[in-house]
Amino acid sequence: MFRPSIPALVLATLAFAAQAQTAETNTAPMPAVTEIGALEISAPFARATLPNQPVAGGFMTITNTGDADDTLVGVSSDAAGRSEVHEMAMEGDVMRMRELADGLPIPAGQTVTLAPGGYHVMFMDLAGPLEEGDGVDLTLSFEHAGEVSMTMPVLGRAATAAANGS
Amino acid sequence: MRLTPKTISAAIGGGLTIALVLAAGWVWVLEPRMNRSVADALGRGDYTLVATDGTTFTEDTLNGAPSAVFFGFTHCPEVCPTTLGDVAGWQDALAEDGEELRVFFVTVDPERDTEKVLGDYVSWVPGVVGVTGSRDEIDKAIRSFRVYAQKVPIEGGGYTMDHSAFVLLFDADGRLDEPISYGEDPARAMAKIRDLFG
Repeated sequence: MFRPSIPALVLATLAFAAQAQTAETNTAPMPAVTEIGALEISAPFARATLPNQPVAGGFMTITNTGDADDTLVGVSSDAAGRSEVHEMAMEGDVMRMRELADGLPIPAGQTVTLAPGGYHVMFMDLAGPLEEGDGVDLTLSFEHAGEVSMTMPVLGRAATAAANGS
Repeated sequence: MRLTPKTISAAIGGGLTIALVLAAGWVWVLEPRMNRSVADALGRGDYTLVATDGTTFTEDTLNGAPSAVFFGFTHCPEVCPTTLGDVAGWQDALAEDGEELRVFFVTVDPERDTEKVLGDYVSWVPGVVGVTGSRDEIDKAIRSFRVYAQKVPIEGGGYTMDHSAFVLLFDADGRLDEPISYGEDPARAMAKIRDLFG
């Protein structure tokens, strides 16, 4: 039986990641990781919208490599009239949506993931539909690290993560 | 009466018989009746709504062929688009058997989801019809289907909706079959749906 060794798996994963990176670079040139101070923002994506869907969710991973807590306090984008950080939670079979009035804490040394089913950037009053292959320019404001701009690729309607998008 | 072994055993026997009769009554008569009333009553009500295919949506709409009912709204960033994506997958699978499920996407936000807005919103999934109407009629439907829907104001203005996120499946007689939960395993969801066409 073929038993892949750990190094082989790692290499394969890296090769795949590199390939995925190349593919992505062809369509939407952007760095894999956006850095601001001690914060690393990776794997941003939004989902393509349905006809007449005036809102959209934006997702990403934020890692705080420093030893001081920070907070994501605001988001702005020309693609939407308003952009806020919200939390979705299922309570039994009921979907509840909450805005995070005090922002989203990014504790020192920790990684916070904005992903379907949980935290997300809520784009409201979209200027137009988000189509697969587009990019959404946005600026994140952190309490301590300050502001950082980036482009969030728009993936397919059912994308669950940046790596397996479309 | 004197307590002899005979009267004691008779009393125990009698007690057991009564207990058995009660248990049987519960298992075979009362409990099924209660279940039946829930399954029969759910979705029944005097709501009159507008479907985006130009028809009227009432409790009678559920009769005649299997159907699925979902309550959502277009200002919904995730659950509603994801559920419609799931429905598209179900329809693909059913199409292989030459079947199509009737799916009704009932808005919990009729103020913003007009017939036109909702019609385009669901237009890309086969078999899906949007359902809207006046606030009063939508509220009647929300009560009839026993779903939860609550307006939640957003600080900067406007609002979003908290709502039940399951898909309710009804058989061809308009009786509730079972719900599919949000994010349910696709194979299990598909088995529930195929059950309706069995």
